Amino acid sequence: MQLVMLLLGLSVATALWTGVQAINAEARASYREASFAVASGAVAQLVPRSGTSIPVTTYVALRRAGWLVSPILDGEVMFDDVRINIVGVDPLTSPREALAVELGTDDTLERFLSREGLMFTSADMKDRLAGATTLPVAVDDGLSDGVGIVDIGQAQALLGAGDTVSRLIVAPEQPDGRPPLEVVAPDLVFLARSDATDLARLTDSFHLNLTAFGLLAFVVGLFIVYSTIGLAFEQRRPVFRTLRALGIPARVLTGLLLLELVFLALVAGLAGVVMGYGVAVLLLPDVSATLRGLYGADVPGTLELRASWWLAGLGIAVLGTLVSSAESLWRVSRLPMLAPAQPRAWARASETTLAAQALLALLLFAGGLAALVLGSGVVAGFTVLASLLLGAALLLPGLLAGVVGLGQGLAHGPLAQWFWADTRQQIPGLSLSLMALLLALSANIGVGTMVGSFRLTFVAFLDQRLAAELYVEARSPEESASLQAWLAPRVDAVLPIAVLETELAGQAGQLLGVSDHATYRANWPLLQSAPDAWDRLAQGEAILINEQLSRRENLGVGDRLELPGQWTAPIAGVFADYGNPAAQAMVGLATLQARYPEASQTRFGVRTEQAGVEALQTELRDRFDLPDGVIVDQASLKRMGLEVFERTFAVTAALNVLTLGVAGLALFASLMTLSGIRLPQLAPVWAMGITRRRLAMLEMVRTLALAALTFAAAVPVGLALAWVLLDVVNVEAFGWKLPLHLFPLDWVQLGGLALAAALLAAAIPVRRLSRLAPSDLLRVFANER
Amino acid sequence: MLLALQKVEKSFATSEGPLKVLHGIDLQLDAGSSLALTGESGSGKSTVLHLVAGLDSADAGRIELAGRNVVELDDAGRAALRRGVVGLVFQQFNLIPSLDVASNLSFQARLADRHDKAWQTELARRLGLSGLLTRYPEQLSGGQQQRVAIGRTLAARPQLVLADEPTGNLDEETGDDVLALMLSLVREAGASLLMVTHSMRLADQLDGRVHLKSGRVV
Repeated sequence: MQLVMLLLGLSVATALWTGVQAINAEARASYREASFAVASGAVAQLVPRSGTSIPVTTYVALRRAGWLVSPILDGEVMFDDVRINIVGVDPLTSPREALAVELGTDDTLERFLSREGLMFTSADMKDRLAGATTLPVAVDDGLSDGVGIVDIGQAQALLGAGDTVSRLIVAPEQPDGRPPLEVVAPDLVFLARSDATDLARLTDSFHLNLTAFGLLAFVVGLFIVYSTIGLAFEQRRPVFRTLRALGIPARVLTGLLLLELVFLALVAGLAGVVMGYGVAVLLLPDVSATLRGLYGADVPGTLELRASWWLAGLGIAVLGTLVSSAESLWRVSRLPMLAPAQPRAWARASETTLAAQALLALLLFAGGLAALVLGSGVVAGFTVLASLLLGAALLLPGLLAGVVGLGQGLAHGPLAQWFWADTRQQIPGLSLSLMALLLALSANIGVGTMVGSFRLTFVAFLDQRLAAELYVEARSPEESASLQAWLAPRVDAVLPIAVLETELAGQAGQLLGVSDHATYRANWPLLQSAPDAWDRLAQGEAILINEQLSRRENLGVGDRLELPGQWTAPIAGVFADYGNPAAQAMVGLATLQARYPEASQTRFGVRTEQAGVEALQTELRDRFDLPDGVIVDQASLKRMGLEVFERTFAVTAALNVLTLGVAGLALFASLMTLSGIRLPQLAPVWAMGITRRRLAMLEMVRTLALAALTFAAAVPVGLALAWVLLDVVNVEAFGWKLPLHLFPLDWVQLGGLALAAALLAAAIPVRRLSRLAPSDLLRVFANER
Repeated sequence: MLLALQKVEKSFATSEGPLKVLHGIDLQLDAGSSLALTGESGSGKSTVLHLVAGLDSADAGRIELAGRNVVELDDAGRAALRRGVVGLVFQQFNLIPSLDVASNLSFQARLADRHDKAWQTELARRLGLSGLLTRYPEQLSGGQQQRVAIGRTLAARPQLVLADEPTGNLDEETGDDVLALMLSLVREAGASLLMVTHSMRLADQLDGRVHLKSGRVV
């Protein structure tokens, strides 16, 4: 049984760890292979100081001056009903790492550069474009959906861009002695690689989150391994002592045991990696949906078998086993040969150990507090989390011993007193699995509270932010104008939205131009604002910025933000913008149109009677022959937003359940092994007239009581965890802060689940006890033991 | 007659088939008297003790204890018998490790609902345990642990004390002291004693002796 538990514990721990690592590796690999839009963020670029285009003459001037730059032109094109983001590149001047497609084979390059042209897309996009364009289409599996790569000349024709380009890619190696940018092209801004839209950086926090969960599950699994090895070695002590007495040196004995453990670790590790693959296959579709929803990153929902994580999985299994068995092996190497050959009172409570653990816990809390006050970044946030969880786990046995001691003091009957005293004695033997249960429950409460709080805030945010009944994104500014003109007399209000993709405080971001309307004043979710914020916005005297930008740049009401075109605007308010990783600023519509005529003016919102929304949508589509996706109603947008949200946390929920399962397994492993060595404690009570059935019932009550106490301890730890996640980690990772909401009903549900897990874990050992043959109990009293 | 065994038989299952360890044992014990059960290792003397205590069940025969046939009792009935009628003293002491000496002493008496604080104090004094009441079993010597086990049994005022090699784990001098104390206290409590031992020297100190050989009374 111990062997089974050891193999199971180790393989499950390895499975969860390698599963998460496999997902991370797959996602990161796909970022590297991702579309040009992504790749272009991974190299340095030159972008216009204001506006959205660079004259070709500027490009030529730079090349002549010795600058190794390559032009990019991008923009949206509709082929019939299919909207595609066209990216024009110049393969002859582009740095290799910035090219997302392989052009070096056969006559591909020739076809790509030819007048007829060649467009690279994903396989899915190629299918959708069938019959919609005469442009030849080729498939490149590395491209994300919605992107088409063409030659720059082809892109200029498709986008009607004339002699302009969007930006210039700067090759990593540049010749010495070239004139500075300010001299050759003063209208351009240099964006270093880190300032560009770096998808890997954006998604790092998400992967760190997954890794933290994987690590937590692995640690919980290692608790099983530690506990099983410890108890197995304890039971084998008489054999070890005999072998030592027969002349086997301690070093040889320890070496043989080490070999045995490494062999078992490799077997379990192999099984774990296979199971980990299963975990990854199950979770990857949700992870890719999450990454697409949150960051727009395209990760295929399928998994490749990579040799690296096979090796890493086996390595972590062996390493975990060695760490878990180090103490037991050390004890074997120092085994006294003359001590009585009986199992040591393994479960004896040690006040010194409890005190040492409590001290270590306090030190960890202090360390966490220091990281909270002095540290910064996601890593500091996770340091606080780790200190909190580990400290709470270490404090648990002492806390349980205290509560159980109190129970003993208050108990009256002899059986009740024995029950509490015996429970106290079981705590050291069960402490590791109870710590594992505490970690799993705290993580559940913490993450559940975070997700629940996020959900409540997000739903309220969507209700406020999506106040218009319809949202329209026309295919061109002209279409937008005619749609608005037709709608104006038929609806309550048309709210045009102009958008400029630009750089805000060195980050990729958006400038949003909105009209002065009561809808915004009444609904827009402002976190802080000056009293006259909306008036100043409408008059073009001030701007509003999103929370992400505010936190990253430490900007607030009264500060000023430098905008393209040498406009430094005062900030009149900060608005919530959950789910958007990029910086955003809001200005009055007229101001944006006046300062940035190149801004996209194809979007607008429509305020109308809710009852007439559907009819209006149908009439608009019919009258203007609009394809799907041009008009979206408020309910659909909210539904889409919530879908993204739910999928975002589906992986977290799955890992939560798995971690709780592993903790249940740890409890089962401990109870099974303890049940084997507890007979000397139970047999005298049985001999004095307590039936096996009653003893079994008391064992069950004991397990449930310990699980219930652990759950009670997990609630405050989980809430502290939620606070750290909401107030520290989220702010660092995503740039937004959320209010903490409490969900007591969820706790009741989780408490029930914890008790059910304890009931299941105790069921087999308890059943075994209730059916134990008297001869097994009598062995305890046998004189010839 | 407090205890009477008639034609008691018992077998144990082994890998080579059933092994019969008792072949129709007969013995009697009067109230207030003591009897030694002697024999070599494997003669079946501990098995007799276990059957009388209801710790195991006989295959055949009758075990009459305080007016009840132990063989016919179910698990709960035997547990009640152990709580109320008999007291057990083992060679391995078998104290409850999680309880201190005072709680160990009172444990069975309280289970049997016969806790008498004055009697327990007297027992602790006579057994030399008064200064050890707050200690735990692991903090006591073998002799001290066996004295606690005897005190625990007698504190419940059982009608029959069943002792299985009670001095087997003690040196001769300590063993003699402990046995003398036990015999004296058993008599004072008005209980009967059935004691398993392979020492004729110890057996001679009791009122009677039954010798077992290969599962038969000889």
